[in-house]
Amino acid sequence: MKQITIVDYGSGNVLSAQKSFIKIAKDNNINSIVLISNNLDDIKKSSHLVLPGQGAFETCMNGVRNKPGLIEELNNFAIIDKKPFLGICVGMQMLASQSEENGIHKGLGWIPGNIKRLPANNLKMPHMGWNSVHPAKENNLLKNSNDYYFVHSYYFDCKNKENILAETQYGMNFTSIIGKENIYGVQFHPEKSSSQGLNLIKNFMNL
Amino acid sequence: MSKVRIIPCLDVKDGRVVKGINFIDLIDAGDPVEQAKHYSENGADEICFLDISASLENRDTLLNIVEKTANEVFIPLTVGGGVSSIENIKSLLRSGADKVSINSAAIKNPEIIKQSSEFFGNQCIVVAVDAKKINNDWYVFSHGGTINTGLFALEWIENIQKYGAGEVLLTSMDKDGTKSGFDIDLLSRVAEFLTIPLIASGGVGKLEHFYEGISKGKADALLAASVFHFNELSIKKVKEYLIKKNINIRQ
Repeated sequence: MKQITIVDYGSGNVLSAQKSFIKIAKDNNINSIVLISNNLDDIKKSSHLVLPGQGAFETCMNGVRNKPGLIEELNNFAIIDKKPFLGICVGMQMLASQSEENGIHKGLGWIPGNIKRLPANNLKMPHMGWNSVHPAKENNLLKNSNDYYFVHSYYFDCKNKENILAETQYGMNFTSIIGKENIYGVQFHPEKSSSQGLNLIKNFMNL
Repeated sequence: MSKVRIIPCLDVKDGRVVKGINFIDLIDAGDPVEQAKHYSENGADEICFLDISASLENRDTLLNIVEKTANEVFIPLTVGGGVSSIENIKSLLRSGADKVSINSAAIKNPEIIKQSSEFFGNQCIVVAVDAKKINNDWYVFSHGGTINTGLFALEWIENIQKYGAGEVLLTSMDKDGTKSGFDIDLLSRVAEFLTIPLIASGGVGKLEHFYEGISKGKADALLAASVFHFNELSIKKVKEYLIKKNINIRQ
């Protein structure tokens, strides 16, 4: 049986992520449980981890840091045991080396790169709404271009091109799906992206 | 560019969907959860619930509907109507809303826009404005369009942006329920200075109106109720039409 744990460190609206995973499991007869938890044992026992994230980068990182032992356990899960890990929105950004949002703040540093502000270029900020995501290379999450729901003002400026799995255009071409071995991050919200979002979640659950 | 969003709005009273013609004459049009699900499966880019019961005992009914909807609908959900405090916003977001829409409370105390945007992130704070033209100026009305606040709509919307709101939902009271098209004059004037997304509401009756709202009104999202609820137009049909008109929209 799969155990998907959505890491609870005080970030908003983790419920919809949980509901989308439960829906996918139910519709596809995937034998699984979906938890929202920050219990270290739950995380250790999980087959899949999801790191959500909403709001400011620094607040999110502090939320993770303030739970004793959590960062070590996440490291064990993703870096040592190499089990499937998915960061969503700021959860994706937290995989980076550092962020430039309101000062310089260190991230988890799992995928080399910096979080930078999207150039305004007369476009509305935040980048909010549906936009196209185009695969940059073959990957397990997304086969063909499709539309997903975004809400963000910062983007992952990825250092190594091989980690860029998909890109999106908004004033510039930015990385909308990042990946390194078992670790994935999506800048958009698959749990809010209708059937194509649920499909991407299904692909992750099947890893 | 982000794609233009089509948002069906469900006016909810005592747990049921209703929609008024010029804010009165309510007609029952169904169960909100089923409707939201239907719209989501048929191409809606977002769903909006507007609670018009606005009495305290109905708050739990609303939270219940929001939670049930979030179980089955996987597109963004905005909830408005009677939102008056940070606590209200928190309970709505916890129940599964992605955004809340604030109206009268923001007029009474604009600081709530700033506080809630800072606390929850401005992406989930929509400020709704009901505007009506009197002589040659648009005025802001509060409490479901019943009280003229005396505020100039254009000035108020500029302030909403300054206070840090994430989006503006602008309803033309003159157009609402008339099916004669959006108030293009009002929308285009607001779009001139607005740097946050503008959601147009009030007056849509036919396909051409959707196109005008985008091409002339410069709106980022279009909200409609009756045309969808009574099956006069389907979202699919609206989208097919807009794609033919070269509007960047989600298929």
